[in-house]
Amino acid sequence: MDSIAHATFWFVSGRTLFACLHLLGLACFVFIAARRLQPLRAAQRDLRFDHPWTRLGRVLQYWLSQWRHPRFPYAGAMHLLIFAGFLILAGHAFALLGLGISDRFRPAESGGLYDAVREYAATVVFLCMIAAAGRRLILRPARYPRSADAIFLLALIAVLMAADGLFEGSYDAFTHRLAATYSLTWVVGQSFAHASATYLHRVHLGAYLAHEASFFFLLCYRPFGIQFHVETSLFSIYFAKLERGTVKPVRWGVAEEQLDSVASLGVKRFEDFTWKHILDFYSCADCGRCAEMCPAHAVGRPLAPRTFSIKGRDYLFRHYPVFAASCDGERLVGDVFSEDEIWSCTTCGACEAECPLLVEYIDKIVDLRRGLMDDGKAPQSLHKPLKSLESRGNPFGKMEKRRGDWAQGTAAVPVDGAGGAGTLYFADSITSYDERMQSIARAVARILERVEGSFGILGAKERDSGHDVRRFGEETLFQALRDHNSEAIRASGARRIVTADPHAFNALRHDYRDMPPVEHISQTIAHGVKSGAIRLKPADGATYTYHDPCYLGRHNGVYDDPRTAIDAIGGARRVEMKRSRDRSFCCGGGGLALFYEARERERMGVRRVRMAAEAGATTMVTACPFCLTNIEDAIKVAGLEGQMTAIDLAELVDRQMETPESPVAK
Amino acid sequence: MEILVCVKRVPDAAENEIELNAEGTDIERGELVYSVNEADNYAVEEALQITGRVGGSVTVVTVGEEEDEDVLRRQMAMGAAHGALICDDAFRGSDGRGIAAILKAFVETAHYDLILTGVQADDGCAQVGGMLAAMLDYPFASLVTSIEVMDQRTLKIAREIEGGSREIHAIDLPCVLSVQTGINEPRYVGMRGIRQAASLPVSRLGAPELALALSYSGKINARVVRTDYFVPPAGKGAELLRGSREEIAGKLVELLKVKGGLN
Repeated sequence: MDSIAHATFWFVSGRTLFACLHLLGLACFVFIAARRLQPLRAAQRDLRFDHPWTRLGRVLQYWLSQWRHPRFPYAGAMHLLIFAGFLILAGHAFALLGLGISDRFRPAESGGLYDAVREYAATVVFLCMIAAAGRRLILRPARYPRSADAIFLLALIAVLMAADGLFEGSYDAFTHRLAATYSLTWVVGQSFAHASATYLHRVHLGAYLAHEASFFFLLCYRPFGIQFHVETSLFSIYFAKLERGTVKPVRWGVAEEQLDSVASLGVKRFEDFTWKHILDFYSCADCGRCAEMCPAHAVGRPLAPRTFSIKGRDYLFRHYPVFAASCDGERLVGDVFSEDEIWSCTTCGACEAECPLLVEYIDKIVDLRRGLMDDGKAPQSLHKPLKSLESRGNPFGKMEKRRGDWAQGTAAVPVDGAGGAGTLYFADSITSYDERMQSIARAVARILERVEGSFGILGAKERDSGHDVRRFGEETLFQALRDHNSEAIRASGARRIVTADPHAFNALRHDYRDMPPVEHISQTIAHGVKSGAIRLKPADGATYTYHDPCYLGRHNGVYDDPRTAIDAIGGARRVEMKRSRDRSFCCGGGGLALFYEARERERMGVRRVRMAAEAGATTMVTACPFCLTNIEDAIKVAGLEGQMTAIDLAELVDRQMETPESPVAK
Repeated sequence: MEILVCVKRVPDAAENEIELNAEGTDIERGELVYSVNEADNYAVEEALQITGRVGGSVTVVTVGEEEDEDVLRRQMAMGAAHGALICDDAFRGSDGRGIAAILKAFVETAHYDLILTGVQADDGCAQVGGMLAAMLDYPFASLVTSIEVMDQRTLKIAREIEGGSREIHAIDLPCVLSVQTGINEPRYVGMRGIRQAASLPVSRLGAPELALALSYSGKINARVVRTDYFVPPAGKGAELLRGSREEIAGKLVELLKVKGGLN
């Protein structure tokens, strides 16, 4: 059998034909890729070049080991197989490229281990394409859009694999080599066993041509759709955000003090996104895992993270087209993204916890909100709370001097400067002012009295932590609140901060700087239970379920301490909801989200309460005043009063705590 | 179009606990926080939207004290091009007529096509706009809920009348309009915007520049004098409706009809 390079294709030698084809294909790809890189150069800075070893570790975990794929078992398993297949076949594909130019690229001896592995790999990928297409066409999981593009891409890869099988199989039939049993190559080899040499030769050449044509077509077609992630995912994951719970600075490389002189804040034009965020738009594979987990999407708000990414990407394609001139004139906010969409996010992070490619959403949403705020486009219902936060340090417009009123009759001592208490309880606004939530503050006070003896509060000197002020895009106001609190905390001389509000917890931990160690009350409780400082009475026969607050669980990884505390109650039955831990379903959002009137079919809280009822719980335990607010409201809206109650973990522990006089307590 | 908006700094009812002072002659002002009167904020937004459509600039003016510069700067952060603070010991204690006279004198220092006020101040009597129009001999319309510029000299406006219905009027420029809340969605002014507006110039005027007004203004010329404050006694407690969801809804509709909440 002739070599490919020396064969003649329509009067042209193989070598000439394939040298041209390969060069053309590569040139096209380089040109397209260069055009695709253009918006990244026009974008904002983003400092992602630190911690190379950590980043490499994440590449190994999330890229090479496909860490998050098995979270969706069927699609995940399929993706793992296809990904592994591609990795195995990559070397072979390059060898095949060379084969068109020179015979030197034909392996001297075939039939080794690699050949067997890659033959099976190609077969598995081929079968996966059929299975994946079948899934999309017949089973139609709700999270997939009906995309002809996806089917076309699956078909292209199937063609590529089939061409590979034909190419190798026809050669095997000619040389009487036996390929790995039941592989695609083997099947072809078996069926061509008695074919004539001329026929085999033609099939072999035809298959090579088909393989190379589909290979380069695929290479150049991928940057126009979801398959671009094949190229970009490695970079997206390497440059992914390392720390959780934080929000990106307004502008990388611009000091906070200089922000007042920056002409425009946040994202208003596409180029206001950072290059990494633009890379994210390319990388999104439209798999829909994020949307399936997104609570805003679930209740019919006009937001789905996946749609957000795909809209951004399509705009990017129109704005920076490969061939034609840019079609400008579309407004980023208004035409591409709607204001409602941008405000609908509760920053719960469910999408980011799910995305196999570590695409970032919260920072993009916050940046868009910063742009809207800067243009004066805050939702009307937020104007008053924001103004009150500015003048009174809380969103309710209550007097500063009333902030510590809840503490009357408790052991909490307002700190006054020098020395101060070792432990500072940071209550934050809703717990300080809302009559219902003050019960959490008093429960915390009794728990801290038990485990610490004495502790302090900032009282009238405390301001809102500003956590959600920042996440709603009002960066300057956030900084004012943070600076005020930071100074008060430093002046208090506190060596440790405890809070029962996960939003304050997250802010103090991640948004504030140079703070003493911060602890959530559930951690204090778990520690107290383990050390024996807290002894709990047996329960009343309720069935508990624990609702993970987003800013305690997903954003800070505190999942077990609250559960340890509940399980320390003798005889307490605890069930898990289907959506728990890092898949917890947001209650509706805290801070300013309480004041935002979203367009939605149903409240997130109502969904959540129904999930608890499905799990068989009668009491929902949470560890966040906003969750408690939303869930207690939702119980009423869902008509589950009398069947379901909600309680904060601190309240529950306070209720079940043995009195100090009782002999078991000491 | 050159638009003047008259604004006032008032204690924000939503953010203060209003208490009487010991003498009962005023409210306790020690811990109050202030903001621009809500209706005035809508008037400024409306002015900005009009100049956004037809061109021109917006000037905000207030009669008050040094601290009132804050609200001017907040309105300038929204987009008002000029701010004027009218502040003089001689003007202190003016009644509505006195304030209107001061504003009239200010209006005559420049040329304005349109003068807007809020429908009423949180702590005011809804009188300055009408008096100002009368003193200037300009047409006046109150409770305005929409403004449309027809041509250079005419506006088409809508006014709210009892029961939520609207009247449409044509009104010649220059004129004075008092703007109802809800006419638009005022833009948000963030802390950054206010800080950026901190360095903008605000013109200050006093009695010498506005001498004309002196015969009406100040405590000695006030014909309406505040003599007392009182806090209304707490009313009867809330009424809890009981029954099934449908029954409660039925009773609520009944009650709203009886009390005039529904037409």
